[in-house]
Amino acid sequence: MRTICFYFQVHQPYRLKPYRFFDIGDDHYYWDDFLNRNVMRRVAQKCYLPMNALLLELIEKHQGAFKVTFSFSGTYLDQLEAYAPDVLESFQRLVATGHVEVLSETYGHSLAALKSKEEFARMVNQHKEKIQRLFNGYTPKVFRNTELIYSDQIGEMVADMGYKGILTEGAKHVLGWKSPNYVYQNSIKPELKVLLKNFLLSDDIAFRFSNKTWKDYPLTVDKFISWIKPIPASEPVLNLFMDYETFGEHQWKETGIFEFMRALPEAVLSQTDYGFSTPSEVLSQVEPVSAIHVPYPISWADEERDLTAWLGNDLQDEAFDRLYELEKIVRKLDDPDLIRDWNYLQTSDHFYYMCTKFFSDGDIHSYFSPYDTPYDAFINYMNVLSDFVLRIKEKQKELELIP
Amino acid sequence: MFGWEFPPHISGGLGTACYGLVKGMVHHNQEVIFVVPKLWGDEEELADFVNASDITIDYREKKFKSIWKNLTYLEVSSFLVPYLGPEEYQKFTDYAIHDRTDVDESIFTTKYEFSGKYGKNLMEEVSRYALTAAQIARDRDDYEIIHAHDWLSFPAGIAAKEISGKPLVAHVHATEYDRSGESVNKPVFDIEKAGMEAADHVVAVSQLTKNTIIRRYGIPAEKVSVLHNAVLDASIIKSKYVKKVPEKIVTFLGRITFQKGPEYFVEAAKKVLDRDENVRFVMAGSGDLLNRMIDRVAELRMGHKFHFTGFLKGEDVDHMYAISDVYIMPSVSEPFGIAPLEAVRHNTPTVISKQSGVAEVLQNAIKIDYWDVDAMADATFALLHYQGISKMFKELGSEELKNLKWEHVAARLVKIYEKTLAQ
Repeated sequence: MRTICFYFQVHQPYRLKPYRFFDIGDDHYYWDDFLNRNVMRRVAQKCYLPMNALLLELIEKHQGAFKVTFSFSGTYLDQLEAYAPDVLESFQRLVATGHVEVLSETYGHSLAALKSKEEFARMVNQHKEKIQRLFNGYTPKVFRNTELIYSDQIGEMVADMGYKGILTEGAKHVLGWKSPNYVYQNSIKPELKVLLKNFLLSDDIAFRFSNKTWKDYPLTVDKFISWIKPIPASEPVLNLFMDYETFGEHQWKETGIFEFMRALPEAVLSQTDYGFSTPSEVLSQVEPVSAIHVPYPISWADEERDLTAWLGNDLQDEAFDRLYELEKIVRKLDDPDLIRDWNYLQTSDHFYYMCTKFFSDGDIHSYFSPYDTPYDAFINYMNVLSDFVLRIKEKQKELELIP
Repeated sequence: MFGWEFPPHISGGLGTACYGLVKGMVHHNQEVIFVVPKLWGDEEELADFVNASDITIDYREKKFKSIWKNLTYLEVSSFLVPYLGPEEYQKFTDYAIHDRTDVDESIFTTKYEFSGKYGKNLMEEVSRYALTAAQIARDRDDYEIIHAHDWLSFPAGIAAKEISGKPLVAHVHATEYDRSGESVNKPVFDIEKAGMEAADHVVAVSQLTKNTIIRRYGIPAEKVSVLHNAVLDASIIKSKYVKKVPEKIVTFLGRITFQKGPEYFVEAAKKVLDRDENVRFVMAGSGDLLNRMIDRVAELRMGHKFHFTGFLKGEDVDHMYAISDVYIMPSVSEPFGIAPLEAVRHNTPTVISKQSGVAEVLQNAIKIDYWDVDAMADATFALLHYQGISKMFKELGSEELKNLKWEHVAARLVKIYEKTLAQ
């Protein structure tokens, strides 16, 4: 039997408040509590609460035949605890059914994998502890990196940390003629298996669902079934990876996205030879076909499926390099307040806001940004970072004074 | 005097300068009739203010028609007013091409409500302002000399002179070359030139501006006098605002535009930071080059030591001066430039470009060519590290400031008036 693997990314960044030059050295609180709380509550009402309820209903109805997978960023979980304990509770209930897998990722939803093995490992461990604490000792076994960023080297690091699988994008320029609907292996460490997102079918749901100019609009369950049926029977897995906010936030409930998801499992189970699995199940049941070579990092963002949404222009590179200059000293100081801000400052979204690729994917970028321009984002971030550096220096002085 | 703005409703240095000058004139018991396109009612009662918006133009006056014809020429030649949308442009050109005969009557019968701003109808307002000036010149006889500030009121000055036959002084606070570099707006240039040529005497705010007037506008040197600006209040400002960062601060404060030379500040910052990490550079202000400056700062990898504050106003400006250890004005072309004097009032040592009028009056400042970023970096480094110079600048600078009084400027202006009247 073939299988569909649904994975939903659940993430919210800690957005920075407007932080002026005059605040440097004076105000050490950087986060826009009002905005962050507002976003969390809004999305909770529109997406998290109704969708969690729907998934619980589906899992109970199908008695385990329907399963889903989540990955929560640490910044998201921290905000859940602060602003939406009701949502946290509903996720805990879902995980407790035993039919929901939770993935491992970096605590700060960071790009650390591109910069530092030590920092990457620290963040993954901190995330693991958080998941264990919130989900009754649950320990993730499969990894997903921020924005599905993956390369052979990143896979090697992940394998060294003991994970048996990793999720990434089925990027065209990596796959070539190959199909994403198989299980692959890391080219350096074959014991690490690689699951690739089927971006056509995933994005049909995540991005095109309500697009009236799309030739296949409207997307119905029947139509979707008619697309997956003809896929050659030899292709064992269909990876549908998307942001959880697709349901109710990116695609409003008026588009019928909830009805689509409500009807899909039953249609799949009764009309096709597909079932539903979590990544761990896929990895234990399906044999890998070959190694996949990814010498340069890929991601699931934008048309290019590369890193240019976060890094590459001068604003992003300057901010990124200045941030990671502090890596060693922050870890050495090991101060809880500093570590907290250090985690939140690493979140990839801050660099996303500085992206200047207005032409191909600018619309999506501006939709997700609290800033008017990438320049505003850069100025604000650098002001905050300057204050953070001053705090580190203060702390260093303090410690030197104590014999 | 014909001006365009007067405190407290101003958007630039012109209003402030007019205010200082009028105050100085009052000190010397000179009676000033000050005309502005629009009065707000909360101006300080220093002069006999005339609100051009209140003037009814008597269309039967034949002489006005010939003035209007001349202005029509000015306006027709000013199609290329910046910021005109296509529709407005259409309206504007139709209006001009038809020689305005069809609209003449309505124009001559009623008052005109000026906005007194710098908007898209600027050229039209400038012309109407001239017509109003002609009416005022005919109605009143309690004045001896006409004084027009900058090109916006030059047509008014010319018209008033034509009607009354009294001498005209054209006061140049800035030229089109300062504002736009080599790509001058021809209609504005034409008005400036016409004003200076029609004037019996021209007053320039600096030697630098005088040179421009002679070289670019072909006005004979003996017809131009230099009259530097002054400061309204020379007292030292002791701010209670304290700096919150340990590093020293070097500041640029002004519009981030070509004229102000922000890119030279950025390049100099890099050179200083390469030698001394213990400095923060701040670019305060807004303008069309802002994003390019941010890009360059990131490219030079100094975003952690170079900050942008956006447009500052009110107290924040004072705070900025107060926490600065060095103030730099790298203007490419600055007819005068009052900002460094403000810095001096805050006891902040300054580096100013030689291409600014203020460099002619402020001795205790380091003067460099705006393009010489090495010299700018050297000067900044020196002021930050060698306490001797900055201490001297602080002491002597404030002394110097006390001599830059509008009373002195007004006294010299009275002499210029006397000389002009005697001709």
